[in-house]
Amino acid sequence: MELAYGHPKSLKPVQSKYCPGCGHGVIHRLIAEVIDELALQERSVITNPVGCSIWADLYFDFDSVQPAHGRTPAASTGVKRMLPDHLVICYQGDGDLAAIGTAEIIHAANRGEKFTTIFVNNAIYGMTGGQMAPTTLVGQKATTAPEGRDPAEAGMGYPIRVCELLATLGGTKYLARGAVNNAANVRKTKQYIKKAFEAQMRGEGFTMVEVLSPCPTNWQMQPVEAEEWLEKNMIPFYPLGEIKNELGGAETKEAAK
Amino acid sequence: MPDDKRLMKGNEAIGEAAIRAGCRAYFGYPITPQNELTAYMAKHMLARKRTFIQAESEVSAINMVYGAAATGARSMTSSSSPGISLKQEGISYACGADLPMVIVNVARSGPGLGGISPSQGDYFQSTRGGGHGDYYHLVLAPKSVQEAADLTYEAFDLADRWRMPVMILADGLIGQMMEGVVLPPERDLASLPRKGWAAGHQADTHRPNNHVTSINLVPAELEALNRKRFARYDEIKSSELRFEEVNVEKADLVFVAYGTSARVCLGAMEAAKRAGLELGLFRPISLWPFPHARLAELAAKGKRFLSVEMSMGQMVEDVRLAVEGKAPVDFYGRCGGVVPTEEEVLAEARRLLGK
Ligand SMILES: Cc1ncc(C[n+]2csc(CCOP(=O)(O)OP(=O)(O)O)c2C)c(N)n1
Repeated sequence: MELAYGHPKSLKPVQSKYCPGCGHGVIHRLIAEVIDELALQERSVITNPVGCSIWADLYFDFDSVQPAHGRTPAASTGVKRMLPDHLVICYQGDGDLAAIGTAEIIHAANRGEKFTTIFVNNAIYGMTGGQMAPTTLVGQKATTAPEGRDPAEAGMGYPIRVCELLATLGGTKYLARGAVNNAANVRKTKQYIKKAFEAQMRGEGFTMVEVLSPCPTNWQMQPVEAEEWLEKNMIPFYPLGEIKNELGGAETKEAAK
Repeated sequence: MPDDKRLMKGNEAIGEAAIRAGCRAYFGYPITPQNELTAYMAKHMLARKRTFIQAESEVSAINMVYGAAATGARSMTSSSSPGISLKQEGISYACGADLPMVIVNVARSGPGLGGISPSQGDYFQSTRGGGHGDYYHLVLAPKSVQEAADLTYEAFDLADRWRMPVMILADGLIGQMMEGVVLPPERDLASLPRKGWAAGHQADTHRPNNHVTSINLVPAELEALNRKRFARYDEIKSSELRFEEVNVEKADLVFVAYGTSARVCLGAMEAAKRAGLELGLFRPISLWPFPHARLAELAAKGKRFLSVEMSMGQMVEDVRLAVEGKAPVDFYGRCGGVVPTEEEVLAEARRLLGK
C-alpha cells in the first residue's frame, strides 16, 4: 500500500520556533513536499535569510548557507553559479528582500539568476518585533508607524508590489503570488512553487513565488483573525496568481482551477 | 616547464595568478585603480567558462563570493578602498562562517571618496578586522608585480588551509605599474582540495547536512567558537609570518615599510650607502600576522626604527607594540596619495641620526 500523505522527508520532524499561526512553517512544508516530489533532497541548498526564517536550517533536512541581511540573492547567485545542477532556494522576508536587499533582488532577477526566490510577505518585520516593512499596507499599524502607515504626511511611502516591480525585468521568467491563509490558497501556492522549482531545474531563468503570510504576533491578532485580515486587506492590494509566466511551453500556463 | 618572463601590469598579473591558482568565480565592481583586474577577469574567466559577474555593488560582490565560497569553490573579489569599506560586512560574515576567499585591495587615498592615487591608509582596516566582531584574517602586502602574482597565487592555498579570507593589500602603484613577471603554473581544478564542510553535492556521499552560517545565539557556544578560531589565529601567528630584511645587521637605523613605501626605502638605502651611511629595511609581507617577535629581537640588539608609510601613521603602532619601548621608533609618512621620495626619506633618516 502506498502512503498517500505523510511528513515530508525534506523537513525534519521537529517542533519549530515559529509563533502560533505564523505562515513560515506552512511555507517550509510546501517547499519540502515539492522537493520530495522532485526527488531533490540531496541536491538542494537553501539560503536562509536574516529574519524569523533564519531558523529554516534547523527545519529543512538538506544543506544551507546563511548570508547577511538582504544579501540573500547575492549569496544565492554565488551558490547557484557554482552548483548549477542543484535546486537553490533563496528564501526571503519582506524586510530582507524589499528594503535592505532591494538592489540585490533587482539585479539577481535582472541577470536571470537561475535560483528560485520564495518571498514571504507578511507586511511587517517579524524578527525584530513588528516594525513597518516596505510591504506594510497604508494605515496598517507597526511599532514604527504607531498611527498606521502614512504615506504622504509622515512620508512613509507606499507598499511595494514586488512581483509587479520585477515583472518589467528581462531576466524574470516566472513570478507568482500565493497565500497561505486557507487550504485552497495553500494548494495553489504549492503548485506555483512546484512550477518555479521545475523551471529552475530546466534552467529557464529567474523564478519567484511571493507568499502572503500571516504574522499574528506582530499584527497583534489571534491566528484565525489574522487569516481573515490577510484575506480582507492584503489580497485586494496584492492580487494572487501568476503575475508573469514566460516559461517555455504553453502547458506550464496556469490551469484555471 | 616554467613560464617565460613577461611584462605585465600589477592588476593583470594578480588576475592571471588567481586564474592559475584555480579561481572558479570572480565578482567585482568597477573602481579605480583596480579596473584592469576586473576587466582581465571578465575576459579570461569567461573565456575559460568560469564565473565572472560585474555585480551591482561591492556589497553584492562580496556576498556572491560568500555564496560561491560556501560551496567550496575558490572565489575572489577585488576593489579599492571605498569599495573595500563596503565589503567589510561580508568579510565579517565570512570570518564568522570560516569561509576561504581571496580579497584584493588595490588601495587608494582617503578618507571618504579621497583620491585615486596610491595610499597605505587602509592598514588599520585590513589588519584589525575591519568589520564588526572579534576576528582577524591574513593580510599579505606585495612590493612588486612579481610578488603580487606570487602572493595572490599562494593566498588561495592559505585561505583553504586556514578556512579564512586572505586579503592582498596592494596600492594603486603596484596595481598600475608594469614589471617583468614569471607566472606560477596553472592548477588543475580537479587537484584542488575537497572541502567536507561545504554546501552541495550531498548526493555523492549521503553525508549529514552542512550548514554554512555565522549565527549562534547561545553566548557560551559562541564564545567557544570564537576561542577555537583564536586558537587557529595563534597557529597562524607562529607559522605564517612573512618578512624580508635588507642590511639590518649593519644598519644604524632600520626602516620598517611594506609595499610601495618599502621600495622607496630601498632607494633611500642605496643613496645612503653612497654617502657612507648604513641603513636597513625590515619589510613585513604578512601584515596580519605582523612579525612582532623579529622586530623585538632587533630592538634588543639596539636597533632604532623609522616606520615609513603612505599614511598618517598606522603600521607604526604595530612597530611600537613590537619593541615595547625598548628602542626608539619614529615615523615618517605622506598621505593623500603622495608617494614619499627617496630623498625626503633619506633626509629624515639623517636628521634622526644626526649625520
Ligand atoms: C544589517 C542588519 N540590519 C538589521 C538587522 C536586524 N534585523 C534582523 S531581522 C530583521 C527584519 C526581518 O524582517 P523580514 O525580512 O520581513 O522577515 P521576517 O522576520 O518578517 O520573517 C532586521 C531588521 C540585521 N540582522 N542586520
